[in-house]
Amino acid sequence: MTAPASPLTLDLVARFPGLVQTDTRPGYSGFIVEKDSLLEVAAAVRDELGFDLMTAVTGVDYPPDKMEVVYHAYRTTGGPGLVFKVQVPRVDPVEVPSLIHLYPGVDLQEREAWDLLGIKFTGHPDLRRILMWEGFEGHPLRKDWKEGFYEEDTKPFKSRWPQGQFYMAEDKNPFNDNLAFPQNFDPEKWIPEGDALLYGALARYTVKQEDGLSTDRIVINMGPHHPSTHGVFRAVMTLDGETIAGLKPVLGYLHRNHDKIGERNTFLLNMPFTDRLDYFNSMTNNFGYALAVEKLMKIPVAERAEYIRVIVSELSRIQNHLVFIGTLLNDLGAMYTPSLYAFEERELILDIFEAISGARMMCNYFRFGGVVRDIEDAEMQKIKDLVYDRLQYKTDELDRMLTENEVLLSRMKGVRMINAEDAIAYSITGPVLRAAGVPYDIRRADPYGIYDRFDFDVAVRYNGDLMDNYLIRIDEIRQSLRILDQAIKQIPQGPINSQKPAYQVRVPAGEAYGRVESPKGELGYYVVSNGKPNPWRYHVRPASFVNVTALEKISIGAKIADFVVLLAMFDMVMGECDR
Amino acid sequence: MDNEQLSLPQYEVPEDLQHAIAVTTLDRLYNWGRRSSVWPLMFGLACCAIEMIAAQTARYDLARFGMEVMRPTPRQADMLLVSGTVTKKMVPAIIRLYNQMPEPKYVVAMGACASGGGPFKEGYNVVAGIDKFLPVDVYIPGCPPTPQALIAGLIKLQEKIDKQSIKQVPWYRRKTKDPNYVPVPILGPDLIDPRRNAEIKSAAAVKEG
Repeated sequence: MTAPASPLTLDLVARFPGLVQTDTRPGYSGFIVEKDSLLEVAAAVRDELGFDLMTAVTGVDYPPDKMEVVYHAYRTTGGPGLVFKVQVPRVDPVEVPSLIHLYPGVDLQEREAWDLLGIKFTGHPDLRRILMWEGFEGHPLRKDWKEGFYEEDTKPFKSRWPQGQFYMAEDKNPFNDNLAFPQNFDPEKWIPEGDALLYGALARYTVKQEDGLSTDRIVINMGPHHPSTHGVFRAVMTLDGETIAGLKPVLGYLHRNHDKIGERNTFLLNMPFTDRLDYFNSMTNNFGYALAVEKLMKIPVAERAEYIRVIVSELSRIQNHLVFIGTLLNDLGAMYTPSLYAFEERELILDIFEAISGARMMCNYFRFGGVVRDIEDAEMQKIKDLVYDRLQYKTDELDRMLTENEVLLSRMKGVRMINAEDAIAYSITGPVLRAAGVPYDIRRADPYGIYDRFDFDVAVRYNGDLMDNYLIRIDEIRQSLRILDQAIKQIPQGPINSQKPAYQVRVPAGEAYGRVESPKGELGYYVVSNGKPNPWRYHVRPASFVNVTALEKISIGAKIADFVVLLAMFDMVMGECDR
Repeated sequence: MDNEQLSLPQYEVPEDLQHAIAVTTLDRLYNWGRRSSVWPLMFGLACCAIEMIAAQTARYDLARFGMEVMRPTPRQADMLLVSGTVTKKMVPAIIRLYNQMPEPKYVVAMGACASGGGPFKEGYNVVAGIDKFLPVDVYIPGCPPTPQALIAGLIKLQEKIDKQSIKQVPWYRRKTKDPNYVPVPILGPDLIDPRRNAEIKSAAAVKEG
């Protein structure tokens, strides 16, 4: 997927002589762009080469001398991506020009890179911390930053293994807790930053209109504890009557330091952590990570395992979309009855996951080169019963029950979500992009695994209103059932892993970006290895986090009663969003 | 609780009156009412919240225990089910919610993260267990606990409620300030627990640069 762009058509070096070099480090691909010409090159990449979807922006720390910002751009018409990088000296302030005016979708990702790596994006209008809070000490993903419970750079820790000792992490910390304060810190003299900067960013929306009628605008906090935000999401908005005049999302209430923990872990140790990203879809989370590492290791996947991967991923997509419909109706006020219908089917799918992997939700099922356990005949029969005798009828039932419903139609039909042009600019992926009329599905646009062997349609709807966003989920369930039907019929017998089971895998140096079409959108893993047992950089490009970049754009002008539904359409899962 | 459980075993009620009369203590009656109508705060943090929702659906049916009425506002809730990883950024909000809940209130730590940090314990933004801040009544192990495990934990909570006596419970006693009030932590260079200010100051002073 991240194969270097074909030099015949995409030769950035020839287009910008002296400003762009090919990345020649072993295992790396793409181009290295001079910092000062980044904007010029990015504009050419978007306008001349047609890479209109900037999916992933992240930084990598290479102490002692340099930091790197990595950009992954794709075409919404499909095909492989283009990787380009900017290298800057590792001397504060580390500054890189912001691409926000070319690709508005990089907004939150650049803020994340500033927050966690301390890369300053010049020209970014609102460069605040996003996952941590203002006033937090340091930039955690820098390699020389140490957390409170720091023990060693990499696992397994020598003090525990192989002797098998253990102790409480608190015992080794001077504060007896997961804390790290600067020298001579006095908590009583600390003045909390609070939300001054946040409200400052909203202040530009509070200017009074000059149309004669003077109305006050009020600022409302929604979340982080709110029944309709699907987790610990917080939106701060300025209201003009019932209309949203300005909005800023506040994230990070579930920031569990996935990247930092992932860089201490060995490659295989990260697999169960990926389960906990989007906790509805541990199977597709596993898939993306396995793809990235397999690409680095350059190993094939066992044939039977490829089919198993598709089967479990599609089952996962079905239960996710069913629960989405249930919770959407919750948000519309149909409290709980549709959810009960959705969870009934979800339980049956989770039963299958439990039977094949041992866990209902956190399956930890994929391994590099295959999967961990085979699907026995009895379980396969259960899957067949579910796919052929139940799920399609239940989907029809849900469709029949809800789609023509008067309340649903009046709340959703014609309520604007986003149009295709903006959706692409804001890097939206997944059902929301397809409901806006862009038939972009990674399973078809840039096939991974064996998705190129199946006959299915990319579900697409063209109005981009809330109703389409709901209908596309039902379309996708039906397409998933089509894929499942083919996969169940074609699955061969054979080994389930091309490799021998091992606790430690050898991963050659290099970089890889593995991405899958998760039920929420594009889920990508950017993994950099330096040949050691632990990843040097492990970055998750979550669908929810990037999709929510457009929330501000979508919400401004909408009514506050519709905001709950607009937010529900992103199908956000905070575990993935905040990581 | 049916009549048999409500009645004290040492009093014999004639058989023809058993459908109408129960001899019991005030404590038993009081706790019977409370244990059968524990209203949880509608509050989900992470993965465990999904299993909490699953426990409420038809298959597991938490309503059998009188715990299906999720209240979105803390002022109507009896139980704070901490369902997921407690992060430093989130913990001030959780403490505020807890302080707003009226007595009697209970805290259940659901899952490995809420009990002790779980797989994310080493993370720089993770609080190693909600019990660093709140008094926890029941810990439920698992990552995430299955709905069955959650229900088992909640039955333990009911058993705990059964043991309380109206004469001794703190919430009917005369008091000048709320004994359960927890000072809200402050987001500084790291999370500051105001109760530990002196300790933090002295430890930060001796820390080697």
